[in-house]
Amino acid sequence: MKQIRAIKERTARYVMLGLAIFALVLLVVIGISLLIKALPIIREKGMITLLTSSDWRPLKNEFGFLPFILSTLYVSLIAIAIALPLSLLASVYLNTYASGKVRKMFQPFIDVLSGIPSVIYGVWGTLAIVPLIANHIAPHFIEFSSGYSMLAGGVVLAVMILPLLISILVEVFQSIPREMTDASLQLGATKWQTVKQVLLRKSFPGIMAAVVLSVSRAFGETIAVLMVCGNITQMPSGLFDACYPLPALIANNYGEMMSMPSYESALMLAAFLLFIIVLVFNALSRLTLVQIERRYHL
Amino acid sequence: MKLKNIEETFFKALMIASTLAIAGVLLMIIGTIVYKGLPSLTWDMVTKLPGGGFYLGKEGGVLNAIVGSIYIVAGSLVLSLFMSIPVVMYINFYLPKKSWFASVVRFSFDILFGIPSIVYGAFGFALMVYLGVRASLMGGIITIAMLITPIMMRSLDEVARLQSRDLPDALLSLGATKLEMIRVITRQIMPGLMTAVLLAVGRGIGDAATVLFTAGFTDNIPQSLNQPVATLPLAIFFQLGSPVEEVQNRAYASAVILTVIILLLSFSARFFSSRYSKSKI
Amino acid sequence: MRTANFPLEITQELLFSKALHEGVINRQTQNYSLQTDKLNVFIDNQHILKDIDLRIPEKSITCIIGPSGCGKSTLLKTFNRMHDETPEVKVTGRVVVDGLNIYDSKTNVIDTRKKMGLLAQRPCPLPMSIYDNVAFGPKIHGLRKRKSLNQMVIQYLQYVGLWEEVKGRIRTPASRLSIGQQQRLCLARGLAVEPHFILGDEATSALDPISTKKIEELFLKLKEKYTVVLVTHTLRQARRIADYVVFMYMGKVIEAGTTEQFFNHPTKQLTKEYLSGSFS
Repeated sequence: MKQIRAIKERTARYVMLGLAIFALVLLVVIGISLLIKALPIIREKGMITLLTSSDWRPLKNEFGFLPFILSTLYVSLIAIAIALPLSLLASVYLNTYASGKVRKMFQPFIDVLSGIPSVIYGVWGTLAIVPLIANHIAPHFIEFSSGYSMLAGGVVLAVMILPLLISILVEVFQSIPREMTDASLQLGATKWQTVKQVLLRKSFPGIMAAVVLSVSRAFGETIAVLMVCGNITQMPSGLFDACYPLPALIANNYGEMMSMPSYESALMLAAFLLFIIVLVFNALSRLTLVQIERRYHL
Repeated sequence: MKLKNIEETFFKALMIASTLAIAGVLLMIIGTIVYKGLPSLTWDMVTKLPGGGFYLGKEGGVLNAIVGSIYIVAGSLVLSLFMSIPVVMYINFYLPKKSWFASVVRFSFDILFGIPSIVYGAFGFALMVYLGVRASLMGGIITIAMLITPIMMRSLDEVARLQSRDLPDALLSLGATKLEMIRVITRQIMPGLMTAVLLAVGRGIGDAATVLFTAGFTDNIPQSLNQPVATLPLAIFFQLGSPVEEVQNRAYASAVILTVIILLLSFSARFFSSRYSKSKI
Repeated sequence: MRTANFPLEITQELLFSKALHEGVINRQTQNYSLQTDKLNVFIDNQHILKDIDLRIPEKSITCIIGPSGCGKSTLLKTFNRMHDETPEVKVTGRVVVDGLNIYDSKTNVIDTRKKMGLLAQRPCPLPMSIYDNVAFGPKIHGLRKRKSLNQMVIQYLQYVGLWEEVKGRIRTPASRLSIGQQQRLCLARGLAVEPHFILGDEATSALDPISTKKIEELFLKLKEKYTVVLVTHTLRQARRIADYVVFMYMGKVIEAGTTEQFFNHPTKQLTKEYLSGSFS
């Protein structure tokens, strides 16, 4: 009896350790297998050509990723430009001004926003944002836009990253010691002066981490963006032009292109690029956040 | 002197406006979906498989996708629980409190959590090609499990960390082995576990990019793990791409179904997590 | 010369034009009065302070003593309305500062806080340079002129005896100072707002004996111009620097009087027990 218990105990310990190691290894495995799949095209064309060329003609064996990289970048930047001011204002309000009751009332909105699947955001985008741009916004600036555009992608993405931004920002603000904002208030500063000069200044690293994390979330978002941004291979040049981000490229073409090894390899490279960028961004911002937490909670 | 009061009022108004705007956007999204989808939402939609000519606007429903999504999520949930509970218990109750290994494992969850679903999809597909598996229920389950395991681990870890160390210590001093202790703790953190499960299910049921290549699509309900399977997000996505108006309307109706499922999951998660009232936003 | 409602800008002008050369805190103080009437504080419906009636003597040091949890810090916080920042706290009664009830709906919180310089238990420098910490108060209250700011910073740093120690690195983050230096910086920062009162909430409890001595000396210097109210947990400190002592227990003022009278001829039984160390 005693022995069985001991054996069970030891087995469980090793199984658990094994699983924990597996979780670690998974990350490496994903990266390596994507890289292996992408290697043929990198060997053939060279990384620099692939990243800087804008010629995308898979049938002629030309794979320039620049239009897709720029699309991804622009769409994400539009998203953060819209979402950051909104979420900063809202989270400062929730942290500094709002009563506990208001905070509790607002929480479900954040929960649901972060729970809504991206395909629903896509449907909403095509129903609300795309027509809005085509009929009411774009006509003021250019002659014609279908509405399926970089701007539409940016707006939809902005809404999608709001909950992530707000929940990190509120956490960052909460990690600022109360004595510090109190010190400013005691000197007779108004709340907004305190926010501006103490809270935001002190939370700057955290805010940056939140931004980087949300941008990397925006980089990888697929279906919603794919549904509203037009997906035309071209160098993106204006807010109302269609664009074609990397994840949409993969989603639209993968699986059908199995017959062309170089095409498949190119798409795997796209996935690998996404993986690496997101990995680095995530690692940087998570490390910052962990440090902030450690500084104030231990 | 006056200026700073004006500034204060101005920014406070701006903050309230932003907060209301964010809440408003959510209501608008749900409103738009329901407004467009409700007229086409019939009983047939949720109880029937797509009939012949369904994609031209004829008879049928999306039962295949609803059941498919449930199969996939149920399967991946089991896999993910088998993975995450032991790991979380291990790093919280086997390792010392400030273990570097625990931090590394936690850090890797954080990173895995951030990996886009399309990358999981591409990786899953590459893996399946390598193993010679076709797009199928099995493929979908495995990739969705990869997607939701980090979510599960993160929220479980949070609950486990809140768990005081008194109970474990008490159990150990009674002579229980750590494994027996884990069983008790797992029961103890059940509400937290439920929240984690519901969060993970919500994410898993709504994700399209992961299952796009790995699960395939079919009008039938799969009979085995090797058959392709339909999912609700993809059903919405494909129907929306149709030029036929009836089919598009059904996409909106399907979107209502998915939204309702998500809302239900989200509110029940809230119900469970309210017992762990950590005032956090 | 200076009244409670005097616009700050003008006082600063005066301060710099005439007073500067004569030493730092050269102010002809009018009577800065602080008193409470039937002051009650509830936190989450718990009765924390019960009918506090106090008159704080001007230009002297009043120490509030009592066992921990007796409400002395809570009392101090009512003086600058910091309870406003915690929704669970309810304050009734009056706190009259310079003839104005600060809990009157017409009284501006910010004006009140400007009159009250608070030195907290642990120094909490703001996340900026030493210079900006001292200049923070004047800046938020509207002083923009670089020259005046510079003078002000130097003057208050000199006053707290920090200038010689930091003059070469005045633009470096304040968080790099030692904890004793930080506390003196916080005092300079509070003085730069030109308060009428100095409140100290166990302001030396986190400091080493030498830093404590420096701060205590500063308090003695400050009482010539300010009314100083200190919460302290050590009887010895009260004996060393207080002119008046207020003894609180369970949210009530038990006994108040001059230091001499309080320590040598206490009238209440509770006070005697507390002084003899039967409880703390």
